[in-house]
Amino acid sequence: MKFNYPATENTMGASLDRRSFLKCALASGAALGTGALAEPGAAAPVASGASTQSDEQFTFEARFYEKLDSRKIRCKLCPRECIVGDKERGYCGVRENRGGTYYTLVHSRVCAAHVDPVEKKPLFHYLPGTTAFSIATAGCNVNCKFCQNWDISQSRPEEIPAEYISPHQAAEIARQYNCPTIAYTYSEPVVFAEYLMDTADAGHAAGVRSIVVSNGYMQHDALEQAYGKVDAVKIDLKAFADSFYAKVVTGQLKPVLETLVTLRKMGKWTEIVYLVIPTLNDDDTGFRGLAQWIKANLGPDVPLHFTQFHPEYLLRNLPITPVATLDRAKAIADAEGLHYVYIGNVPGHPAQNTYCPQCRNMLVERLGFTASKMLIRKDSTCPFCGHHIPGIWHV
Amino acid sequence: MTYLRGRSRRDFLTQCLAGAVACGAGPALKVSAEQSALPAKSRVVVARDPMLRGTGTAVDPRRVETLLDRAMQALFGGGHAAATSPESIVAAWRHVVGPNDTVSLKVNTLGGRGIATNIELVTAICERLQQAGVKPVNIVVWDRDTEEMERAGFRIAIGGDRVQCYGTDRVGYEDDLVAWGNIGSRLSKILTRSSSVLINLPVLKDHDGAGVTLALKNMYGTIHNPNKYHPNGCDPYIADLNMLPEIRSRMKLTICDATTAMYEGGPGFKPEHSWKANSLLVSEDPVALDYTGWQMIERKRAEMGLKTLEAEQRAPHYIATAADQDHRLGHCDPGRIVVVEA
Repeated sequence: MKFNYPATENTMGASLDRRSFLKCALASGAALGTGALAEPGAAAPVASGASTQSDEQFTFEARFYEKLDSRKIRCKLCPRECIVGDKERGYCGVRENRGGTYYTLVHSRVCAAHVDPVEKKPLFHYLPGTTAFSIATAGCNVNCKFCQNWDISQSRPEEIPAEYISPHQAAEIARQYNCPTIAYTYSEPVVFAEYLMDTADAGHAAGVRSIVVSNGYMQHDALEQAYGKVDAVKIDLKAFADSFYAKVVTGQLKPVLETLVTLRKMGKWTEIVYLVIPTLNDDDTGFRGLAQWIKANLGPDVPLHFTQFHPEYLLRNLPITPVATLDRAKAIADAEGLHYVYIGNVPGHPAQNTYCPQCRNMLVERLGFTASKMLIRKDSTCPFCGHHIPGIWHV
Repeated sequence: MTYLRGRSRRDFLTQCLAGAVACGAGPALKVSAEQSALPAKSRVVVARDPMLRGTGTAVDPRRVETLLDRAMQALFGGGHAAATSPESIVAAWRHVVGPNDTVSLKVNTLGGRGIATNIELVTAICERLQQAGVKPVNIVVWDRDTEEMERAGFRIAIGGDRVQCYGTDRVGYEDDLVAWGNIGSRLSKILTRSSSVLINLPVLKDHDGAGVTLALKNMYGTIHNPNKYHPNGCDPYIADLNMLPEIRSRMKLTICDATTAMYEGGPGFKPEHSWKANSLLVSEDPVALDYTGWQMIERKRAEMGLKTLEAEQRAPHYIATAADQDHRLGHCDPGRIVVVEA
């Protein structure tokens, strides 16, 4: 049976089949609860539930909402502020109002798990050459028409196979596989914030750090609480235009920019990915505006990754981003004064390496998702000129 | 690569259409979608029986069967209650189904026992379908979730020669994505594999987001991601969803259950905002039916001293969208709707 784990955050890599997943999980020695994964839906109905999942073990009261009249609630997790009536779910599809109390349905309900290089997130200035135990649940609070993992991000939890992995089990698996980090990724960690918080706590207690790959579409208060134990964040900034967010993402730009500023104030290591989609967000004005905003609000040292689009989901009619477009985006951002501008999803491109902005020597060489050479010293300086290179370079 | 499923050329073109819509090239391409000619006017039958519950509170099975017969006769036979005969009733149903059809009845059970599609009504429909020649095993009563159906009082039936009854959770959704306009979803396998004819059985009720939830909105129960399509009062999502060929080509009839209806507080059951309307609304045109049902809810709201849905900024604009030039799913112009009281 093929188990539809997403392959990567972006487009490359190998998916994990069910056996590998179980082997990975069971190798930790932790008891994983329900055991066998659910069979996929068949053409003929089955007499008992198609899923072996028990909703109760994944259902916890949500931490970010307020109660309203008539058994309604207002979700305070993301800027949508869904007002949800009794027996209904929010936009994300993974939070449900039951009699006026709001519940997350995805705590410990892991539908994807990999051991990935941290470069795959991508985080280039955070523990290069290490691996992250990477997990996801179903659901997302936006609906990007180019989503590469729509199978899980745009599904409700009961529609896809999942395993029970408690926060402590996640931390233990990470340790067993020598992963210094747990990554919350693939779908959208905002929608499983409670699980993220508890797992980050368990990880820290076990000496495992937490990194988040997110759209950043989150309310300020929820962000501050949920990301307290998070160590590094990669934000997907989908475009630098409100209209793109409204039409292609079903969200808003402003809250994402506010998230980036908040993360900086919180002292979280942050990198930004901008997926360049032909005809939709590939204009020079947008690239320039983005670079200027980053420099003014976050500083020139925040890594910015321009990555190549591949047709997926509802945007299968558009071509792959030409490398020349990515080169142009990088040139504009470089010219605006950003120090670490990368090009992603283009194997072998020299702009996937890290260079010292002062002496221009190459400091980290990357081949695919592997950091093949890492010269930055333990004190985070360039070995050639002594320039400080921002990032968390060593465990 | 992300896991890709096998797709036909048609699927791919559908994807491209959706992509183009996302790019802002929508309207021109949407007009080119498959469309069937609309009749000049649409008939909506409103059948009422003040004594539907006799002296009790529950719907009388015999009276609901009679009410259904009257409604079908009025829609397809042009006659009145007195003119109904077993032959004319079968003839009316033969406008909708044939002996070789597989017929699915999409009920609405989200609101629980208090405001779900009435079981006596569903039973009567199943009876008439069999009299029209449909084999019981070729009839499926369904909704999104089996447990929800059970909570609403439906007895689950799987296998054997009887009428089938279960939720999509028992068979799942198609792997392939279908798309139209702003919709990109996976469809219930019950719809795609067990329905040559879809009979839509919504409940007449208020909806806090969409304004009202009737025939068109009930199709949210056929897709895997309805939660994505509630912004902006579900407009244009409801209309776009009903444009999917898999839905549009199958939905032959809507019988809206207004035995118990809700004028406020939906879609969950709020007994304080429900009323025993003791009625059925029946039509081949889901847009005309939705418009007519919406007006019934507005009249009840006025009677109860409530503001109009427009005043509450939740008028169901999606109904007009469903009738616009891009969709043409039916009529919402009162001048093109013939309401037949039966």
